[in-house]
Amino acid sequence: MLEIDEGQVRQSEAAYPQHAASIALTINGESCQLQVDARTTLLDALRDRLHLTGTKKGCGLGQCGACTVLVDGRRVVSCLTLAVMNQGKSITTIEGIGDGELHPLQKAFVEHDGFQCGYCTPGQIMSAIGLIQEGRTRSDDEIRENMSGNLCRCGAYTNIVKAIKDALVQGVDAPEAMRQAVEAIRQDAEKGE
Amino acid sequence: MVPLSYIAVATPEAAIRRTAEGQGAEYIAGGTDMIQLLQEGIVAPLELVDINGIAFDDVSVAIDGIRIGAMARLSDVADDPVIRERVPVVSRALYESASPQVRNMATVGGNLLQRTRCLYFRDATTPCNKRVPGSGCSALDGQNRVNAILGGSDHCIAAYPGDLAVALVAVDAELMVTGPTGERTILVENLHQLPGDTPHIETVLKPGDLITAIWIPLAAAGRRSHYLKVRDRTTFEWSLASAAVSLGLHDDVILDARVAVGGVGTKPWRLRHVEDMLVNQRLDQALARAAGECSADGAEPRGQNAFKVTLLRRTVERALLQIGGLA
Repeated sequence: MLEIDEGQVRQSEAAYPQHAASIALTINGESCQLQVDARTTLLDALRDRLHLTGTKKGCGLGQCGACTVLVDGRRVVSCLTLAVMNQGKSITTIEGIGDGELHPLQKAFVEHDGFQCGYCTPGQIMSAIGLIQEGRTRSDDEIRENMSGNLCRCGAYTNIVKAIKDALVQGVDAPEAMRQAVEAIRQDAEKGE
Repeated sequence: MVPLSYIAVATPEAAIRRTAEGQGAEYIAGGTDMIQLLQEGIVAPLELVDINGIAFDDVSVAIDGIRIGAMARLSDVADDPVIRERVPVVSRALYESASPQVRNMATVGGNLLQRTRCLYFRDATTPCNKRVPGSGCSALDGQNRVNAILGGSDHCIAAYPGDLAVALVAVDAELMVTGPTGERTILVENLHQLPGDTPHIETVLKPGDLITAIWIPLAAAGRRSHYLKVRDRTTFEWSLASAAVSLGLHDDVILDARVAVGGVGTKPWRLRHVEDMLVNQRLDQALARAAGECSADGAEPRGQNAFKVTLLRRTVERALLQIGGLA
């Protein structure tokens, strides 16, 4: 159950009620309504207002990928979108991917030592889910290229690629709509080669 | 970030009304550059007009060209089968832009208008004529490794950072623009302006103008095309030099040529003199070398960016070799 922390409304937000808006989001399948200042990023709304702190704040400028979440099934960096711009959207965070147990990618990251300090890991895993749904996993190089939006300062890249490949073998369920899109991309790519 | 208000609009008319009055309202679409600029205190609009609700986001093929809705996301356009097949230079330029996450967010219209990565423009504590007109240019004698070698002035040498616009110049693309006075078209080549003594004015767009679509004429889509981007790391980085080449070939003879370069100019830079020397010639290694050699003619390096002169020559040469299957 999501709780909205009204105590975390920032002073600057409270001081300018004319710049606030009420938005409805679906977060990990749960509907929620919250009042946010126009300046609040989706990332800050998730962490500070909804206490979903699995999504990490790294650079705040779209360069590190630690804040990667899925919006309507597509991976994005939540630091470069305002919460108000996501009215009516469906957000999936690292808290929403396991169904009572670890998601296959989480298991694979543990199995293959896909992290050391762990700070970038939620973003890596959300990005990898997006990557797999996009079907850009046909070679190690393609995985590396398409995970380039996620930096790991511990340098676990080699094992991150291994973990993603292993999760692929184990099977990662993608939503039906994404499966169809992936099929279209694959067919197109085969034609082009 | 200073307080600002926010409004989402669903039609171009509503969007234009909101920004045309000059009351400090700015469009926000993908938001991937705008939010960086807000976070760093580089821009301070009073209101953001969210145009994501305007559904101009498809790629469609007409009898005389390809139309890309301005709200289409970079990843969707890069993946589009028509774009991949007919104008690979555009698909390639998009795949090599930003990161997968950012490509899922950023729109093609907004991408054309992304602001420079000049270190001083992005650092609000330093003088910058583009950010604060008349304050001076810190890059002229400063950390100018990423700055432009073509098209600079004594007031600004900021490089235009994008890839898509460079590719679009090579395929004669036009923009469809709607504004307070109606609709008009602008060649992508004419969108950006030289800095001169007004580097804060970057494009020919006026308050309220909204890019609604990109148009690529089918004649250009019939040429063979290629994009080569050279950067400090292999991915997720802005270009140091890039070349967008589009050639009409009959056997190995070049009948028609477009060569545009990025990362080196204050705007997407078309090399007409290189195009002229390519036409009616057989594409071989000697021609590629000769074309590369003269591609940096007129360059004005300013210290740390001097390496770009050689880099640009080699980038153009290599792009030509690649398009001809010679490399």
